Amino acid sequence: MISQFFILSSKGDPLIYKDFRGDSGGRDVAELFYRKLTGLPGDESPVVMHHDDRHFIHIRHSGLYLVATTSENISPFSLLELLSRLATLLGDYCGSLGEATISRNVALVYELLDEVLDYGYVQTTSTEVLRNFIQTEAVVSKPFSLFDLSSVGLFGAETQQSKVAPSSAASRPVLSSRSDQSQKNEVFLDVVERLSVLIASNGSLLKVDVQGEIRLKSEEKAGLFLLSYGPGIRVDEVSFHSSVFLDEFESHRILRLQPPQGELTVMRYQLSDDLPSPLPFRLFPSVQWDRGGGGRLCMGCGFPGTDCSLLPCSQALNVRLHLPLPRGVVSLSQELSSPEQKAELGEGALRWDLPRVQGGSQLSGLFQMDVPGLPGPPGQGPSASAPLGLGPASLSFELPRHTCSGLQVRFLRLTFRPCGNANPHKWVRHLSHSDAYVIRI
Amino acid sequence: MPYLGSEDVVKELKKALCNPHIQADRLRYRSVIQRVIRMSKLDQWGQAEVLNFLLRYQPRSEEELFDILNLLDSFLKSSSPGVVMGATKLFLILAKKFPHVQTDVLMQVKGPLLAACSSESRELCFAALCHVRQILHSLPGHFSSHYKKFFCSYSEPHYIKLQKVEVLCELVNDENVQQVLEELRGYCTDVSADFAQAAILAIGGIARTYTDQCMQILTELLGLRQEHITTVVVQTFRDLAWLCPQCTEAVCQALPGCEENIQDSEGKQALIWLLGVHGTRIPNAPYVLEDFIENVKSETFPAVKMELLTAVLRLFLSRPAECQDMLGRLLHYCIEEEKDMAVRDRGLFYYRLLLAGISEAKQILCSPKSDPSLRLLEDQAERPVNSWALDFNTLVPVYGKARWATIAKCQGVEHHGPELPNTAAFPTSGSLIPEENKERVQELPDSGALMLIPNHQLTAECFEKTWLSLKVAHQQVFPWQGAVHPDTLQMALQVVNIQTIAMSRAGTQPWKAYLTAQDDTGCLFLTELLLEPANLQMQISVKQSEARTETLKSFISVLETVIGTIGDIKS
Repeated sequence: MISQFFILSSKGDPLIYKDFRGDSGGRDVAELFYRKLTGLPGDESPVVMHHDDRHFIHIRHSGLYLVATTSENISPFSLLELLSRLATLLGDYCGSLGEATISRNVALVYELLDEVLDYGYVQTTSTEVLRNFIQTEAVVSKPFSLFDLSSVGLFGAETQQSKVAPSSAASRPVLSSRSDQSQKNEVFLDVVERLSVLIASNGSLLKVDVQGEIRLKSEEKAGLFLLSYGPGIRVDEVSFHSSVFLDEFESHRILRLQPPQGELTVMRYQLSDDLPSPLPFRLFPSVQWDRGGGGRLCMGCGFPGTDCSLLPCSQALNVRLHLPLPRGVVSLSQELSSPEQKAELGEGALRWDLPRVQGGSQLSGLFQMDVPGLPGPPGQGPSASAPLGLGPASLSFELPRHTCSGLQVRFLRLTFRPCGNANPHKWVRHLSHSDAYVIRI
Repeated sequence: MPYLGSEDVVKELKKALCNPHIQADRLRYRSVIQRVIRMSKLDQWGQAEVLNFLLRYQPRSEEELFDILNLLDSFLKSSSPGVVMGATKLFLILAKKFPHVQTDVLMQVKGPLLAACSSESRELCFAALCHVRQILHSLPGHFSSHYKKFFCSYSEPHYIKLQKVEVLCELVNDENVQQVLEELRGYCTDVSADFAQAAILAIGGIARTYTDQCMQILTELLGLRQEHITTVVVQTFRDLAWLCPQCTEAVCQALPGCEENIQDSEGKQALIWLLGVHGTRIPNAPYVLEDFIENVKSETFPAVKMELLTAVLRLFLSRPAECQDMLGRLLHYCIEEEKDMAVRDRGLFYYRLLLAGISEAKQILCSPKSDPSLRLLEDQAERPVNSWALDFNTLVPVYGKARWATIAKCQGVEHHGPELPNTAAFPTSGSLIPEENKERVQELPDSGALMLIPNHQLTAECFEKTWLSLKVAHQQVFPWQGAVHPDTLQMALQVVNIQTIAMSRAGTQPWKAYLTAQDDTGCLFLTELLLEPANLQMQISVKQSEARTETLKSFISVLETVIGTIGDIKS
């Protein structure tokens, strides 16, 4: 199975290195990997690389490289699943996965690796089983800095508006504090959806895709839960974790499960082509281009708001528009409709940041660009068609308390509690965010 | 042994797979296997391991096969992609005689594969895309209705976009061709030149079946006058003109004007080739070529010069009046002033060819060509699932067949179980599949007691010393006809780990050979083979360093089998 496993920082510094089979032949395998990765020709995929009679497989997670080497022809799916599972486990134990947290918890990481993999074979990745063997405590730095935490499931400082758990709580190391039994037991249920949309230049919708996950995170073994979501939700594909009982799913959409400690993806679903709610963002660009001179780009961004029948007052947060510009654009002048927005030119593209957009609002920005000597399409005079290089606009945003598929958790009930545990506090959050929202000009 | 959930499972598996007594009893074997499959306490890693082990199992009857497939059905719906893919592979291999079952399974796995293709994890996405391509080789229509899932997203890494473009090219059918082409057309003007070129090549691929629409798009792209686009479009035109003669007309109409925008070697070669071969249909072909000839001194790429020579000569043969002058100048330059020897040689060759006569030159350069559409049909023939089923869920589709071949060559050949019929002699550890060709070889007595070590080395002196010190333990004669082929015999013996110390050349009389082998306890077997001139028999004398009749008997039987088979083959 696996010969070596190592973790590199984004610059290639080895943070963790574990040799399971001793067949590295004395070479610095981590160094070899990084050199090969950076020297790879553009059309080859870095996911699986081959050098010298071993295969290197890696994933990138939170800026780190988690790499496994093997000399056998094994299943890529199993190996990638193992690497992802390791990333989740390390995140669970150390609080979050990052260069700083790994460096602080080296002993814990090695202990985990020892228990999970024996001579390169996977023993177990179940947090319940591992809990019995891991002795080392996680080292966390206090106070939590919100800038360290970049995983989805956290969203701005909305604490005063609704009963949302403070963001830091969700990323405390879930599995560490053995001694601290008096800590309040908390259970987090996240419904996270990724929205992928492609809109053509004439405004028609080419593709829409929603990938959703229901994740349950609990710090202690909390007992038996009942989870249900509202009826009438249509999804194309759904898959459940193997520990979920589905006897009442067909009739009442009720799932029964006994979550282990740590994070568990209860359900994964997928929906395409027919969303119950309208698309969150619309773009209204109007381009005026002068051949050989400059151009004016007037962009309107409409946020018609989401279907607010269940929850009041929709908002989009951290909206960022990325628009590649034709080569040679040197300067940009702008007029934006509200002061908290920001637009700047960087790396050949326009970045327009709107930190907060209210539902039903329309925002506009007027940008004037100078491009000396632009080779536009052959023609004379100002043309209204987009010049070459004015790329598709991509939007990234978060929609808190909203799910594009309409799936809302009706209740999360604890039916059986192991005695001695306090009643856990339950936090339910819904979040949609953009995966790839592309609008062609 | 991998940990499979509990000690019991491990024990059961060991019993099933390593104990010959259980293997001999089909009923017991089958019940053990079924018990293993039913183990519900396994986690996803254990399940994946079990599925991997079961690849070696060959069900004896159709009933048993479907029994096992029913049991495995639940694995196909697992939430772990490793388990789902492992189960799919097992299905494909077990059901290799039932193509409709294989198609069924591939239908069931469509959902999980598509989910993996849109996964958050880029790496999983990539692995899934490679497998989708693998499936499309056999079932081109399989994913056609889900073409939208393979549209490229702006933020994806380059390698994923390339794979998606390839997939789009392969799943085109009548219903989705319009949308797919529109999408690819959008990619052709992408900022990244590599990606744009890949999209154009994909359109070229689709053009073999949907010629008109693609030709229209390609012609439009030429109108943009972008260097990196024009060069790839012209290369695509060259391929299409060769493979689809029906688009030649459209190609010829689109060509004029391209020459201004091409600067790189590949593009120029493609353009020059087109002008040479189809110059009769392009009015200004001689003048474009003349431009190239004017600048041939400053041309840096020898490949372009070679193409130029051939093209101008071809055009001369069809439009002599316009090309005579420039052909002369070009030949003069190539022969007198050109420094690259290959170009010079070609120039000389063409000059001498022309000296021989116009009709001779026409015969060589304009003779009938092979029908390219035949090769096209062969390329596009769907490959049966069984040709790649073994590679499914391994690293082979992720690397691609071409790269895997180079890797395998570096690593040396990997043996997947016995491949030669004569290898029944030494214990085949780990292979339970009864090969069909094993039936040809006679059933051997249980040789589990004898294990000859490979790569056993013995010097000639050592052999001689040991030979002289031992007494003959066994001697027998073997019927033989004709002469011996030493090489064949040596190779066959090597396969069963018997090394040759010395062997007479073929045809010498009397013919002798000395062989040596060592088993895992260190016991040496020294053998002399002797073929007298007039005899129809080969005499075998065996000396053993330790007196053990059991192992001696086994060794003799191995030797007999090999020699017998060689004798059979020969006669």
